[in-house]
Amino acid sequence: MSIFAYQFMQYALLGTAITGLTAPALGVYLVQRRLSLIGDGIGHVALTGVGIGVLMHKSPVLVATVVAIIGAVAVEIIRERSKTSGDIALAILFYGGISGGVFLIGLSGASQGLNAFLFGSPLTISDADMVTIAVLGVAVLVVSIGLRPWLFAVCQDEEYAKVAGLPVRTLNVIVAVTAAVTVTTAMRSIGLLLVSALMVVPVATAQLVTRGFRTTMALSMALGLTSAVLGVVIAGPSDTAVGATVVLFAIALFLVVAVGSAGLRAWRRRSIPTGHPACDPPDVLLKVDR
Amino acid sequence: MFVTEVLQVRHGVVAYGDRPVLRGVDLTVHGGEVVALLGANGSGKSTLIKAALGLVPLAGGEVRLFGTPLRRFRQWPRIGYVPQRLGAGGGVPATVGEVVAAGRLARRGWRPASSADKAAVTAAIESVGLADRVRDPVSTLSGGQQQRTLIARALAGEPELLILDEPTAGVDAASQETFAGALGDFVAKGGSVALVAHELGPLAPLIDRAVVLHDGLVAHDGPVPEPAGHHAHPEHDHVHPHPPHTPPSLWEAP
Repeated sequence: MSIFAYQFMQYALLGTAITGLTAPALGVYLVQRRLSLIGDGIGHVALTGVGIGVLMHKSPVLVATVVAIIGAVAVEIIRERSKTSGDIALAILFYGGISGGVFLIGLSGASQGLNAFLFGSPLTISDADMVTIAVLGVAVLVVSIGLRPWLFAVCQDEEYAKVAGLPVRTLNVIVAVTAAVTVTTAMRSIGLLLVSALMVVPVATAQLVTRGFRTTMALSMALGLTSAVLGVVIAGPSDTAVGATVVLFAIALFLVVAVGSAGLRAWRRRSIPTGHPACDPPDVLLKVDR
Repeated sequence: MFVTEVLQVRHGVVAYGDRPVLRGVDLTVHGGEVVALLGANGSGKSTLIKAALGLVPLAGGEVRLFGTPLRRFRQWPRIGYVPQRLGAGGGVPATVGEVVAAGRLARRGWRPASSADKAAVTAAIESVGLADRVRDPVSTLSGGQQQRTLIARALAGEPELLILDEPTAGVDAASQETFAGALGDFVAKGGSVALVAHELGPLAPLIDRAVVLHDGLVAHDGPVPEPAGHHAHPEHDHVHPHPPHTPPSLWEAP
């Protein structure tokens, strides 16, 4: 009997696959806005939520979602008003978040479970976790795909979106909240410290070969899903750092595509015809009198 | 009530920190009119249109769009804005078609794109001569083609007033001609235009009135002034930074 007949392996595969799809679907907006590392910061803040959840014996995933949303909205406010102190404020928020989480989990006496939240532990996903992950994952996909024209417009040119009368602030908050939900959805499978990689790396891989936003989003989701499934299938049965394996697969795909597309470009460049122009330059270029 | 002033700025004052950029500027664009905002670098012309659109806060004065004070103005589909260059977004590739389609959102609202929406986007792209580049990433276009993409984006919303910030700066001659043609079509259909320019080039025949800013004040409001002094020389290429205190007389109409 295959190990994937066991429910815990099915949960591991499904939970990680959901992250593989949702993280790049939302991440493409963060990359477009050149905020690639914000997902990492939100993960730091979410750890405080995990700490509160563990300490109060509530679902760590749900409490982390609430705290991460508050953190993400704070990040968005700092970004909107960003002056010179903006990145200092973000640093304080992020490191405050991770320290608060470690401190609270330490207080609860459950610090041996810390690694499971930081780096993921998909083989221990419970029934309740699975339901939460599935519901939140679907919500992320509905927002990222359903609101694509509007989110694209705001992330591509915020000033223009304002003049077009779009509710820019609301859309920015939607991106921030969805990023927070994506992070906590991924917490049990990939882990808070590694989820940002799946928001960024598949998008970076896709845009090596794509020409438009929609195709970049679709291809990055396919790449995220592929890395997630490969990671669980390879590392799942022996339970050796599944989250890290998924991320390493995503990076390996990036390297393969980067080398492949560079090679293809070099080959195409060599085959460009050279020699004489097809026709004479127009008169206007020849009549310069100096 | 019928309003003929599509854009009106009364005694507009804008300051960046302590530095005043606009020191009480009046600007009016009537329906069907093409107004050029001229002036040296740093004279405040780009700031004036950004203030008129609410992108830069006014420290004093008042802006009205189609007769409505800016604060209460909600009819954004009536306005098409063409910024100086493509926004900072650019981490991810976007095609010409995708960028131009974003310009339709003002009119489309939250509905799925209808066939009329798609037709408007296609027509806008054709009007600036980029039909063969629809699926190309904007990052692979020349500066002039990127500028034409931004104009198509504004036209896709079928606006009544076009506001353009330096549409011809650094744009090749062929793109300038195409752009002048698209703008001419827009004006012929009754559209109004306010455009910031450093030099008018092929746009000159379209301009009804010129407003010249100097040091945050209006130095001239009337016919397009003839270039004077070394500005009049045909090979003058306008790449020099103007001295900070060019006397206003240089710009006055003869």
